[in-house]
Amino acid sequence: MTVTSVDKDVEHLTLTLVADFTAPVERVWQLWADPRRLERWWGPPSYPATFEEHDLTPGGGATYYMTGPEGEKFGGWWRVSSVTPPTALEFTDGFSGQDGRPNPEMPTTSVRMTLTGHDGGTRMELRSVFDTREQMEQLAEMGMVEGMSQAVGQMDALLAG
Amino acid sequence: MVVDGIADETGETVDRLFHALADATRRDILRRCVRGELSVSRLAAAYPMSFAAVQKHVTVLERAGLVTKERRGREQLVRTDPDAVGRARQALDELESAWRARVDRMSGLLAEDTDATGESGATAPDENTTKGPDR
Repeated sequence: MTVTSVDKDVEHLTLTLVADFTAPVERVWQLWADPRRLERWWGPPSYPATFEEHDLTPGGGATYYMTGPEGEKFGGWWRVSSVTPPTALEFTDGFSGQDGRPNPEMPTTSVRMTLTGHDGGTRMELRSVFDTREQMEQLAEMGMVEGMSQAVGQMDALLAG
Repeated sequence: MVVDGIADETGETVDRLFHALADATRRDILRRCVRGELSVSRLAAAYPMSFAAVQKHVTVLERAGLVTKERRGREQLVRTDPDAVGRARQALDELESAWRARVDRMSGLLAEDTDATGESGATAPDENTTKGPDR
């Protein structure tokens, strides 16, 4: 199992997830630190992400958009609060409006990610707190949940082959 | 725009929900009332604050749709609304599946590097990385 534990705290709307990878810390870090790598996993295959800006320094951030099957675009942004390459990253993830600027009406998610060497591979601990349940409902509206199911299916097919 | 439309419709509700859950006393009230209905005066006895203050907390929870309040005689009975808790739980389930899918894709990418003899060139693949992601 890649995901080794999941804890859901309903009161604090917090998800804590632990995943173990066989790759070394530096390679897992590159999945976050290299925007070309990041955009290959951030969005599901049917809603791939394109990162336009990507600056993982405190006070820096990222802007990205995900493109749906009909060519519709959904913008998003990160604001980095702290970063310790190659082991820790904390950022706020939010939505952008049509003008590409952060949409203050939209909910945001705070993400804290740490990487540690573990059993010759890498343990990733991720804590994601969403201020509201709304964000995930919106993602579901965008058809992303469906897209994610497809992604998992594709992965299973690859592994089985 | 789909996304903006949703925000306008539910933003206020969600703000209330989050505000309600942001306070430790209110979360504690929720916990207590999950086990069964409690009167406001009974709740007030459990906290080092005035009846009015506890009543205020209950009102915030009620406006967020987290509890229901019912008057019975001279008592006001508070009960946690399981639907609201259920909605928060469902949201977490969705957040979980989103991150599980992301982790799967991350695993896939890392395995791909190994198969392609180190596309990223960051680190030479070692024997631990050759078996690909576990299922």
